Amino acid sequence: MNVGQSCNRVDAFEKATGRAKYEADLVDRSALVAKICHSTIAHGKVKSFDLSEAEKIDGVVKIITCFDVPKNYFPTSGHPYSLDPNHQDIADRLLLEEHVRYYGDDIAVVIARDELTAKKAVRAIKVEYEEYPFVLDPLEAIKEGAPQVQENFPGNILAHTSTSGGDYEEAIKEPGLLCVDKWYETPIVQHAHIENHGCYAYMEKDRIVVVSSTQIPHIVQRIVGQALNCPWGKIRIIKPYVGGGFGGKQDALYEPLCAYLTTQVGGRKVHIEMTREETFWSNRVRHAFKYHLVTWFRKDGTFVARKMEAYSRQGGYASHGHTIAVKGAGAFNQIYKSDAFKTEAYTVYTNTTAAGAMRGYGMPQFTFATECHTDDIAAVLHMDPVEIRRKNMMEVGFKDNFSGNVNYFPSHEQCMKKAMDYIHWDEKRKLYANQTGPVRRGIGMAIFWYNTGGYPFVLELSSCRMILNQDGTIQVQVAETEIGQGADTAFSQMAADAVGLPMESVHVVTVQDTDITPFGFGAYASRQTYMAGKAIWKTGRMFREKLLDYASFLLKQPAETMDIIDGIVVNSDSHEELMTMQELAVTAFYNPDRAEQITAESTNQCKSNAYSFGCCFAEVEVDIPLCKVKILDMVNVHDCGRLINPALARAQVHGGMSMAIGFGLSEQLIYDPKTGRPVNGNLLDYKISTTMDHPHLEAQFVENPEPTHPFGTKALGEPPTCPGAAALRNAIYNATGVAFDEAPVNAHTMFKKFSETGLFEEVEHNV
Amino acid sequence: MQAKLIRCTINGVYTEKYVDVRASLTDMLRDEYELTSVKKGCEVGECGACNVIIDGECYNSCIYLAAWADGKHIKTLEGLMGPNGELSDIQQAFIDAAAIQCGFCTPGFIMSAAEILESGKRYTRDELRKLMSGHICRCTGYENILNAVEKTMNRRLEKKNESDK
Repeated sequence: MNVGQSCNRVDAFEKATGRAKYEADLVDRSALVAKICHSTIAHGKVKSFDLSEAEKIDGVVKIITCFDVPKNYFPTSGHPYSLDPNHQDIADRLLLEEHVRYYGDDIAVVIARDELTAKKAVRAIKVEYEEYPFVLDPLEAIKEGAPQVQENFPGNILAHTSTSGGDYEEAIKEPGLLCVDKWYETPIVQHAHIENHGCYAYMEKDRIVVVSSTQIPHIVQRIVGQALNCPWGKIRIIKPYVGGGFGGKQDALYEPLCAYLTTQVGGRKVHIEMTREETFWSNRVRHAFKYHLVTWFRKDGTFVARKMEAYSRQGGYASHGHTIAVKGAGAFNQIYKSDAFKTEAYTVYTNTTAAGAMRGYGMPQFTFATECHTDDIAAVLHMDPVEIRRKNMMEVGFKDNFSGNVNYFPSHEQCMKKAMDYIHWDEKRKLYANQTGPVRRGIGMAIFWYNTGGYPFVLELSSCRMILNQDGTIQVQVAETEIGQGADTAFSQMAADAVGLPMESVHVVTVQDTDITPFGFGAYASRQTYMAGKAIWKTGRMFREKLLDYASFLLKQPAETMDIIDGIVVNSDSHEELMTMQELAVTAFYNPDRAEQITAESTNQCKSNAYSFGCCFAEVEVDIPLCKVKILDMVNVHDCGRLINPALARAQVHGGMSMAIGFGLSEQLIYDPKTGRPVNGNLLDYKISTTMDHPHLEAQFVENPEPTHPFGTKALGEPPTCPGAAALRNAIYNATGVAFDEAPVNAHTMFKKFSETGLFEEVEHNV
Repeated sequence: MQAKLIRCTINGVYTEKYVDVRASLTDMLRDEYELTSVKKGCEVGECGACNVIIDGECYNSCIYLAAWADGKHIKTLEGLMGPNGELSDIQQAFIDAAAIQCGFCTPGFIMSAAEILESGKRYTRDELRKLMSGHICRCTGYENILNAVEKTMNRRLEKKNESDK
């Protein structure tokens, strides 16, 4: 058995030696370099360009502006295509934009012989704008008379959805109810994958090849086709090693523009490579949210009626749009039960960077709001935060009729129990109850759930191909992409078990090439191990049958009496070794009587989803006069089903916890209210945690096997990012008695809140 | 374009080439010598993905001019491997500790680790955190990277102790 083993990553050697080739490592020096001219206003219209100075620069090949590009509006979101026009992503993008919708919008592009020349020429372009007023905040943007970001969306509302259950107005009439009614807010943050997005394109006869740092090759193929209004099969996308994505590359970024540019220079190779600053300003960001949460509850802590209003900051273009807000709204009445609930979710266009998918897809934001809120309710009742969750959280046996998801096991209880034991919850809650000094400690927690894959919101399928090599090893191809998670390793382990081979005999092809790779959707929605796992199982079993059929022909024994274990054909009862895979393969290829290459290929359409559960517990020390938080300990416990590779699962959790620490305590992309310009779009001023900002990160698991999956597994990619920020905020609340309603909790917000609540004076007085 | 002859030793091999005086060492190593382990994550010295060792000291090669490399000994990740493809202990430790995910920051981290380990000193976990803080990794939360460096440090010190006996 390979599943369940902590084997080393199949791509680790290439990466540890620097041999792994990423997009920018593959482009050759013949490539022309394209640099984008970004708008220096947040909202307005490009009236004209003066290109005379730029065109004079030696080495400039061509300058293309927003007035030159075709008017084919296209969507960019990395969702599967939908045959239902009402379910398709909003097509509100052009290759270059005349109507500037955020500071840094793409208005022109220079193609030059090298990077410096292109940069120089971009600087020499003079732009005349007609400036419009701009709006950065979603609550401002929905007010009457606010600037119009997108012509087709009056009032700037991209979408508004409501859900409800029970009779809210009736439920709150119950005598003796208490109520917590508060707003919570999360910031704009950025994926900051260490490899910036880049792509290069060239033509092969009348076809366009794009090599791109993307999570979603087959989806990008379709979007480039839409953007260029050409048959999708004319586009070939190649995905090499990718240096992180986290959802930032689950979008068509500059592939459509790059593909267009090569057609404008006779099919010559054109390279677009983002700078770090462009990644922050002009790629995608996480949706910032404002939540209004109201909970009516009994004195025993049980929830009676709950209401949520959510305002999602979309930015200038739709990208993933309303799906992010909907995800949180859908979770609202599931994570905690109540007699009645109501949700209103708005996604609002603003003059900021387009928000797209980012690890957790709305759930880190939603979880921050609801889990802060739950602690605020517990505080009113002087109740233990774990206790109030036990009273209200999703019950075993709960079924979501829309997704079909079932809560089969007491996962939340099991996860919390493990975390409480690890962090000594009861003991420390008591210990930290009555602190008065300037430096105080606190402990907090949060729970969450997450889906596995996109079904039934979007179509789900995965295809897999297995090919026998002449030595009995196999090649495996899937469309699901390795972008750092360890996907290829998990695929190898599952493929080995599905066929009956040792790991060394399985080679997963890491490069996706839409000319060669079977069809599928790529890395998002924590779907890959689940979806590709199903396709690998299905294909693996077919492949195994074909191998046994051939063995039956050679050995003159019925196939049913044989098995393949660890690369050897054996008698299924006695396990007597009958033939090695190597013998079988070489015979199959060169047998004068029956020569063939044994292959198998299948698509698995998936019509199920699975709840993934977990929690985070954190312990902090707050230096009140310094407004400084130090994390002392932090533990995530997940039930993501059966672990395919425990070591890689832990590593995945560490990374998610790290991102949650940034989300909770330090990261935010800030826009200048006077100009709409992002002021900290670089890795120095945008505060990602370093080795100095983390404690030991503890990752633990509860392994309840997922019944809908052949390997019993479910989502783990995104879940670790969901609960951390709220757990940290709740720990700070426990330490200081100050409830922060806004992430990140940094020195600025602490200074403000500690001043308002008189904590500084209290500390001084006590000293 | 003004070019300057840069004579230096890269991964043990003496070499010379005319290089644009405006070029960074990152550009020179990637474009002139195809040493693509030297990664570009920010190009302004913020992320550490481009770190290389120059005369025994680790630098952000993106903010080190190629022209300054004249006469220097430079080591990139490609130079850590033995002549017959043997991995160095720190590379093997990164693999074994699951310290690699997307792999883009990995070369820079390993070069910093190599410098730290070369010192032959024993550092506490907190000291290692400080020494590695010039790097950004978005995948690993640094946990396994620190484990890999710490483990290799301890192994080397044990070996040294044994040979000193």
